[in-house]
Amino acid sequence: MSGHSTYEPKTGFERWLDTRLPIIRFMNDTALDFPTPKNLNYWWTFGGILALMLGIQIVTGIVLAMHYVPHVDYAFNSVERIRRDVNYGWLIQFMHANGASMFFLAVYVHIFRNLYYGSYKAPREVLWILGCVIYLLMIITAFMGYVLPWGQMSFHGAVVITNLIGALPVVGKSITTWLWGGFAVDDPTLNRFFSLHYLMPFVIAGVVILHIWALHVPGNNNPKGVDVKSKADTVPFHPYYTVKDGFAICVFLLMYATFVFYMPDVLGDAINYVKANPLVTPQHIVPEWYLLPFYAILRAVPNKLMGVILMFAAIAVLFILPWLDTSKVRSMRYRPTARLYLGIFFLACLVLGFCGANPPDQPILGHEPSGFMLLDADINSIVWLSRIGALYYFAYFLLVMPILGLTETPLPVPEGISEPVLSHPAAAPTGAAAAPEKRG
Amino acid sequence: MADTVVGATSDPHASGPHASGDDPSRRDFINIAAIAATVGAVGGLAWPLIDQMNPAGDTLALASIEFDLTKVEPGQQVVVKWRGKPLFVRHRTPAQIAAAVKDDHADLRDPQTDAERTKPGKAEWLILVGTCTHLGCVPTVGGGEYGGWFCPCHGSVYDTSGRIRKGPAPKNLEVPTYSFLSDTKIKVG
Ligand code: HEM
Ligand code: FES
Repeated sequence: MSGHSTYEPKTGFERWLDTRLPIIRFMNDTALDFPTPKNLNYWWTFGGILALMLGIQIVTGIVLAMHYVPHVDYAFNSVERIRRDVNYGWLIQFMHANGASMFFLAVYVHIFRNLYYGSYKAPREVLWILGCVIYLLMIITAFMGYVLPWGQMSFHGAVVITNLIGALPVVGKSITTWLWGGFAVDDPTLNRFFSLHYLMPFVIAGVVILHIWALHVPGNNNPKGVDVKSKADTVPFHPYYTVKDGFAICVFLLMYATFVFYMPDVLGDAINYVKANPLVTPQHIVPEWYLLPFYAILRAVPNKLMGVILMFAAIAVLFILPWLDTSKVRSMRYRPTARLYLGIFFLACLVLGFCGANPPDQPILGHEPSGFMLLDADINSIVWLSRIGALYYFAYFLLVMPILGLTETPLPVPEGISEPVLSHPAAAPTGAAAAPEKRG
Repeated sequence: MADTVVGATSDPHASGPHASGDDPSRRDFINIAAIAATVGAVGGLAWPLIDQMNPAGDTLALASIEFDLTKVEPGQQVVVKWRGKPLFVRHRTPAQIAAAVKDDHADLRDPQTDAERTKPGKAEWLILVGTCTHLGCVPTVGGGEYGGWFCPCHGSVYDTSGRIRKGPAPKNLEVPTYSFLSDTKIKVG
């Protein structure tokens, strides 16, 4: 899409097509000959994995939709029927339900890869923002998908999340009624969620195309975070990265298959095997694992509206990250201090996930509360742990990123992808040149 | 195309003797009118597409129910479905009413007296929409330190008048519009 094309039509048909719809040229330039930095590591294989997962969700989803019935009286039973009676329905349903988890696992690796290697910085801001849009759409899609089997958690999860919008002043209540299409989460809600759950993945696919377009203008970032200087810094995408991506995809699929075939239900909640009952709320409402950190942020705040605002802000802040990070150095290989803070950020996300999975008043250490109330909650409780986690989550983006970039001293950054850091010129031959011989 | 245009005077953008200024303003008018008409048409079509998601006529028509109170023993609560939500019908004991009235002037988050939440002379009947005003879970009866309701989701505590006393919920449990059809029958909605 950028730069000059290397495509040479070989047959008469290809020449004919090339002057009418240069689609083969386009495929060649974007997927085969695309010049790619030669030092990409395995963290760069998750883009391909994500594309595959989107494809799997769409194919399995379309098959499920052939048997699924979006009606409050039949939805639950129709999913059970898919699992028990439809030919290979169990496989398709487990692939879809676990596929959502794998999709999110891959997207989190992909996002943290970008945080570590500074891939969101200029000139890749638009690429990053499109990624954030995809992530947001994935959250909405997965939320609506989880409602479809109409189990207890489906139903009450939908109640809690749609009620969040009711927290907005003035318009909140009319928006929730509008979303529900009634006075509560009910048949109209299930129907429209099905319609939108079917639609959204195709919207995601559209944004993915923009995402790849925005990738191919500046090209890939790389583990050193320095710009590509010459052709010597790159290799053609095929066969080098088709093979590397292919290998990573196989390993990823092995893990995915382990879930599908050996433990298809570990990532789900057992209570969702109970049919939805609007009159009884389960003891403990939790979202799927991939949304737990946001749920913890929501519950960390005693005020309903503020909780909702903070939860959305936790996603919104990602969009402006390119302008919050003031450091010019992309890769954290050369930013040891930033690396430490990012490590803590990763831990904070895990801690928030843990908090989201447990009841707010549960003690963290031992089985007894400390008896010491700080403001409104016991100090030895999930509430306070989530507050600490949430505080760090926002502080990382709003304080650490802007300040650290101005105050830290990064390590020496190499000139280019092919050159090592030459603090001692004599060290170069032993390092770079000797290695290939040893490898034999 | 450009080479078929002969002579600069045929270019409407050129300031020739005929470009007196009223031509551009006519064009502006047509532009503005066309844009306004398009926006109007798109807006007019957008509204049906948005409003179709609001409750349909038949959904609204199912909105009221009648309930026979003789089914509920003192101290008991019966839950019925109303507008897709749980409706609490609680037959309060004198002790529970007294506890509620005693706290009428306590430090309440959403101040209301017990009398404002029941019908005159019918203090034993408390009719409530059974969804927590936090995020809509169904509170369990008898739970919490006020003997009213406890919401398992995020720990809101309501008293025996259904008023919010503790936890994240902002408002008292909602009292729906209802009326007594007879001494033992109510109509809700
Ligand atoms: C972005 C891609 C997608 C994601 C993340 C996703 C996620 C989900 C999730 C989490 C569930 C609940 C599964 C369970 O817990 O049992 C679900 C169910 C469902 N999805 Fe998707 N989905 C995606 C794409 C699609 C597509 C493209 C279709 C249809 C064409 C579809 C159709 C269905 C159907 C019919 C169900 C209900 C049956 C069931 O619960 O297994 N999905 N989806
Ligand atoms: S829904 Fe009741 S406390 Fe949150």
